[in-house]
Amino acid sequence: MKFTLSWLKEHLDTDASVDEIADTLTLIGLEIEEVVDPAKALEDFRVAEVVSAEKHPDADKLQVLRVNTGKETLQVVCGAPNARAGMKGVFAPVGAYVPGIDFTLTKAKIRGVESSGMMVSERELELSDEHTGIIELPRTSRVGSSAAKALGLDDVVFDIAITPNRPDCLGVRGVARDLAAAGLGKLKKDTVKPIKGTFDNPVPIELEFDTETKDACPVFAGRLVRGVKNGPSPDWLQAQLRAIGLRPINALVDITNYISYDRARPLHVYDADKLSGAIRARLGKAGESFEALDGKSYKVDEEMCVIADDRAVLGLGGVMGGEETGCTEETTNVFIESAYFDPKRTTGTGRTLNIISDARFRFERGVDPQSVEPGLEQATAMVLDLCGGEASTVTVAGQAPKANAPFRFDIRRIERLSGLLLPERDIQRILKALGIKLEGGGHTRKAAPPSWRPDLSIPADLVEEVVRLAGVDRVPATPLPRLSGVAKPVLTPAQKKSRAVRRLLAGRGLVEAVTWSFIPKNEAMEFGGGQDDLSLDNPISTELSQMRPSLLPGLISAAKRNRDRGLADGALFELGNAYHGRSPDDQFASASGVRFGQSSLDGAGRHWSGAAPEAGWSAVKADAVAALEALGLNQSKVQITREAPDWFHPGRSGAIKLGPKVMLGVFGELHPDTLAALDADAPMAAFEVYLDNLPPSKAKGTARAALDASDLQAVTRDFAFLVDAETDAAVLVRAASSADRSLISSVNVFDEFTGRGVPEGKKSLAIEVVLQPRDKTLTDEEIDAVAEKVVAGVAKATGGMLR
Amino acid sequence: MSASELDTLKAELLETIASASDLSGLEEVRVGALGKKGRVSALMQRLGSMPPEERKSYGQAVNAVKVAISEALEAKRATLARAATAAKLAGERVDVTLPVREGPLAEGRIHPVSQVTEELTEIFADMGFSIAEGPDIETDFNNFTALNIPPEHPARQDHDTFYFGEGADGDRPVLRTHTSPVQIRTMLAHKPPLRIIAPGRVYRCDSDQTHTPMFHQIEGLVIDEETHLGHLKWVLEEFCKAFFEVPEVKMRFRASHFPFTEPSMEVDIGYAKVGDEIRIGEGDQWLEILGCGMVHPNVLHAVDLDSKKYQGFAFGVGIDRLAMLKYGAPDLRAFFAGDLRWLKHYGFLPLSVPTLAGGLS
Repeated sequence: MKFTLSWLKEHLDTDASVDEIADTLTLIGLEIEEVVDPAKALEDFRVAEVVSAEKHPDADKLQVLRVNTGKETLQVVCGAPNARAGMKGVFAPVGAYVPGIDFTLTKAKIRGVESSGMMVSERELELSDEHTGIIELPRTSRVGSSAAKALGLDDVVFDIAITPNRPDCLGVRGVARDLAAAGLGKLKKDTVKPIKGTFDNPVPIELEFDTETKDACPVFAGRLVRGVKNGPSPDWLQAQLRAIGLRPINALVDITNYISYDRARPLHVYDADKLSGAIRARLGKAGESFEALDGKSYKVDEEMCVIADDRAVLGLGGVMGGEETGCTEETTNVFIESAYFDPKRTTGTGRTLNIISDARFRFERGVDPQSVEPGLEQATAMVLDLCGGEASTVTVAGQAPKANAPFRFDIRRIERLSGLLLPERDIQRILKALGIKLEGGGHTRKAAPPSWRPDLSIPADLVEEVVRLAGVDRVPATPLPRLSGVAKPVLTPAQKKSRAVRRLLAGRGLVEAVTWSFIPKNEAMEFGGGQDDLSLDNPISTELSQMRPSLLPGLISAAKRNRDRGLADGALFELGNAYHGRSPDDQFASASGVRFGQSSLDGAGRHWSGAAPEAGWSAVKADAVAALEALGLNQSKVQITREAPDWFHPGRSGAIKLGPKVMLGVFGELHPDTLAALDADAPMAAFEVYLDNLPPSKAKGTARAALDASDLQAVTRDFAFLVDAETDAAVLVRAASSADRSLISSVNVFDEFTGRGVPEGKKSLAIEVVLQPRDKTLTDEEIDAVAEKVVAGVAKATGGMLR
Repeated sequence: MSASELDTLKAELLETIASASDLSGLEEVRVGALGKKGRVSALMQRLGSMPPEERKSYGQAVNAVKVAISEALEAKRATLARAATAAKLAGERVDVTLPVREGPLAEGRIHPVSQVTEELTEIFADMGFSIAEGPDIETDFNNFTALNIPPEHPARQDHDTFYFGEGADGDRPVLRTHTSPVQIRTMLAHKPPLRIIAPGRVYRCDSDQTHTPMFHQIEGLVIDEETHLGHLKWVLEEFCKAFFEVPEVKMRFRASHFPFTEPSMEVDIGYAKVGDEIRIGEGDQWLEILGCGMVHPNVLHAVDLDSKKYQGFAFGVGIDRLAMLKYGAPDLRAFFAGDLRWLKHYGFLPLSVPTLAGGLS
């Protein structure tokens, strides 16, 4: 919303400076976007009088002037033919920046004659292209005063952001009222007066709605002004409109635009000679269309409120008028419309047809319903003033909606809600200045909001008004009471898990990324997603259109981009949500990572001490298992199965499970087809840990169980088994471990071997079994007995034989 | 053997010991002198065939030679052993200027959004706020209606919402446009008094230099029977000082409008721009950082709370934006690009955990 200082002063009696006004507007919620002060750019330029003008001794076209600047009389060399003694013009002193020549003036000698400053042309001030001579100011201009003011360029333009709750401030008078309530002046008395019609309005107005839809346009006022002479509007009106970025069209149209910005009261003017019969406000009918003022044709539907005559649709109520019946310079009889249109329906119409207009902007936020008749009177007065003619009586169809109902307001609520204690007279003054009537005595009053404030309906609204206008900066900062001396821990178990895993993974050399929650649909499909109910209806692009079923596509794509940039090796991880469906339960938290190129715990890429291995299943398995360990889930408690999903290498991937049902995570090298679908290259390996699937921690209290460390020497025995190549080491380890649960404290695989000495289809697995005696040292016989049990157990479980 | 002959032998042996060049040579000398058939041992063996009156003095003299030789042998052995070790070690010399791998703790990074979220958590936990969470895919009710944004409200247009297709129940879920629906979920699930913050991802259909379709917000909510706007101001002032780690922050509270708060405020912080750097706590320029206000009675009604009894405040602030301001990352889009160069530069080391005691950054 733009307006000029002079326009504001039409409504506000104030001595406040531009800065004060701007700062106040921002503080009371009418935030300044921009203040343009043309005078500021011309600050250095002053009105000066040419005292004498003599020919330059050494140049035919130059004169030597003596110029009175108000402070001193200076010698200035000037080339303008119109420079002469006695004239007043605009003087630029030494040091001034002259925009038209992009130059900061210095003292100079021109053809041997000293010159201090410059008399400037309009082009030199970038006011116009005029450069035939220097600017001539009226004789009455005061020497030494601001040139901007003398040039009529001192009207500051304010541009403010209006929040959707303040339709009243879409007019200058509303802004002035707020400033007055904030104590920055006095709202001037409204000068709009009813104009008596000299003949009966010949244009009937019909509201054609049923009881359910009559809200669409509850009131419609109009009158005819005949015998007008339309044409360009006067300079002052054109200047005001131009200053706020509107294009002057003709006087009749300019008047409606002016009132729209002056009072937030949109109007419409019709060339009455182009109307047939009555003006009708009704809902549109299927098949109807009309040519709008923007030159486009729009189809109308049954939800839209249209204005029609007996023949056709003329315009969309509250949105845009029609081309055909608009006012032109030839218009001699004008019908002025002032109506109220329902905000919701106006929004709907505007959205359906994608029309943005000043009228829609105002009606959808809520135009003052009581402004229908005053708006019409103001327009009539301006039409008569600028275009002449004769006004008819006013016809009002329907009834204006009422202002919001009065409500009870306990003025103590201001302090309770804001902490700001104000004297009652301040409260009274602010509310009165806003047009809010407060009746009754005691704490609880009856408050009646004015018709132009649809946003005021409950006590909290009035608290806001008082606090806003008294100044939110006056609210004293008040310490929030502490709930406990030392702050209590607040993280939930799930939040603690996330934190632990995040630090753990970063501690393993992975770099945390945050990737989009939405990905290309085809990528989602590669990872078991892509269902329609997780597709965005209005994605920003197909690249960001489908909720991710896994964090891996985003990480793989990020890895790929890094490789494309020449970073061959690295490791990324992310903690975030993925989605099986729309419901909150279908959202699940995942800690996922991707290693690419040569990447392992010890580092990435080539190194003199040995290159890092290519990203493989064991590195990511280690990441996943370490993450679970960090969450208190020991490796020995989980099972590794081959149930990893299809996007992994079928032989080099696995699932980490807790019991047969709970899937804790997956890991492995990525399937080459999956990588190809994402346009990425091997080697890449990935893991996912599903944080929501972890069992709740059972730990109670802070004390640890007593340390179980025997003083007796542990005994280590090594075994090498020949097993089928398909045999999983985990099966063998489990068999060995369970050979004697009380004595065997750990089983460690220290070698896996195929090749020379191992028959085809077999492999050798070597394990180290640690026996921990509890109460006495083991005898050789006892050790041999356990060893036999190990061998027998492994043979039973795997068919493996001791090598 | 005369005393002078003994001296000659001793001198000769000492000379041989001195000239031994390695441990095996020295061993030969030892065997030749002190071994069973060694020259000194042979002199000792002669002791038995001597007259007793000579035996004592002879014995003493020979023994003195023996001791001297033994000592010399030991001293030489030690010298040769040191030299041998030194020679061995010299052969083991390596180039210690070769660079070593820095190890995973130097390689890994925490994303700035995570780090800043933890910083915020530290600050607000100290003020008694717990952490609430909610889903990204929200109902229209939680995201809009319950927050006093009815379907035709103009604010819905400003929100640039991502929608999903209509479900079987006729509902059209949205990607939450703010973290405010967590307010609704929290108030529906728990009775006041409440103090929560809710960090998380939010989504808006918007993309340019300073906007990304996904970003992060943190919501704050306090509901009880007394908390007012003054408390809100204090909390935000304390938060800004703690977060930006400056003794004073200039703040400007401006009246504003949000459908879910009444009264509403926007908050600016004072800053100075020095080169490309933004310095909070200095200067006289203003930067808008957050929106806040007293929870609107209609929001309380939507979650069945009596607005005559309960009141409180809410605020929302962009986490990414806070990270940009505090750590000087200029481009929001880079936050989500997964560029390792950026992540390593703006990310945080795994062990730099923000704490109030140790300082947040």
